[in-house]
Amino acid sequence: MSSEVLNPDKWVDNYADYLYNYTIVRVNDHIVAQEIVSETFLAALRAKDNFQGKATERTWLVSILKRKIIDHYRYSNSNKGKAEVSISYRDPDAEGDWLEENAADPFDRTAEDSLENEELRLAILECIDQLPEKQAEIFKLKTIEEYDTETICKEYNITPSNLWVIIHRARKAMMECMEKNWIN
Amino acid sequence: MKLFSKCSETAHICDKHQYEEIGFFDKIKMKLHLLLCNLCRNYSKRNERLTKELKTANIKTFTNEEKKLLKNRLAEEIKNQHDS
Repeated sequence: MSSEVLNPDKWVDNYADYLYNYTIVRVNDHIVAQEIVSETFLAALRAKDNFQGKATERTWLVSILKRKIIDHYRYSNSNKGKAEVSISYRDPDAEGDWLEENAADPFDRTAEDSLENEELRLAILECIDQLPEKQAEIFKLKTIEEYDTETICKEYNITPSNLWVIIHRARKAMMECMEKNWIN
Repeated sequence: MKLFSKCSETAHICDKHQYEEIGFFDKIKMKLHLLLCNLCRNYSKRNERLTKELKTANIKTFTNEEKKLLKNRLAEEIKNQHDS
């Protein structure tokens, strides 16, 4: 088996969305999640000599990401982190357990972001990863970011019928991939 | 209007339908074809399922600008590493 190599120039394009979706259900905050992803990439760069090529690039990045998420909770539960939490209790009777209430709870998932949806999300992103690069980009723009046909055509300098051919191929590959990876 | 459209045309309409970009007549044409064509019915079913999965997943992505910022930050770090 050939060992994996790292390709930092492609990290943002290839993994940012995957890592972000992994993070967002765990921290429930857009800005914090982006910051954690960014820190993960930086930490990965600094540690890239330790990469042994045994795991895939993504698995390796996710393992760093997990540590970053734990760090985030450790920090927001530390005294320093708590000092940054703004306290709004005015009622002296309510002071009770404000420390716990204000620290973010890692197990607090909202109904929309259930565990199953997260798995589905990651399965989809993994399938998108397997598409050829240009197909993946255009499929993402059209389907996930919901750009209209005209905008994408302009950006990539293609005709609408080109676009629909690309979308057709991407969708077919996505169906096959999801049918393999995602059992309903 | 030709009553029975080709499979390739139906697939094309079906793809567009996933993005709600077809008109009334195309929709009729597609439905008619689906009534009679097993293969296309199957394709349509799988296509709808993919659309539903994508909707349920509600994937969030970095905007292009956010990606650019992130890339710049990484590029800077790579440069620093080379310099040191």
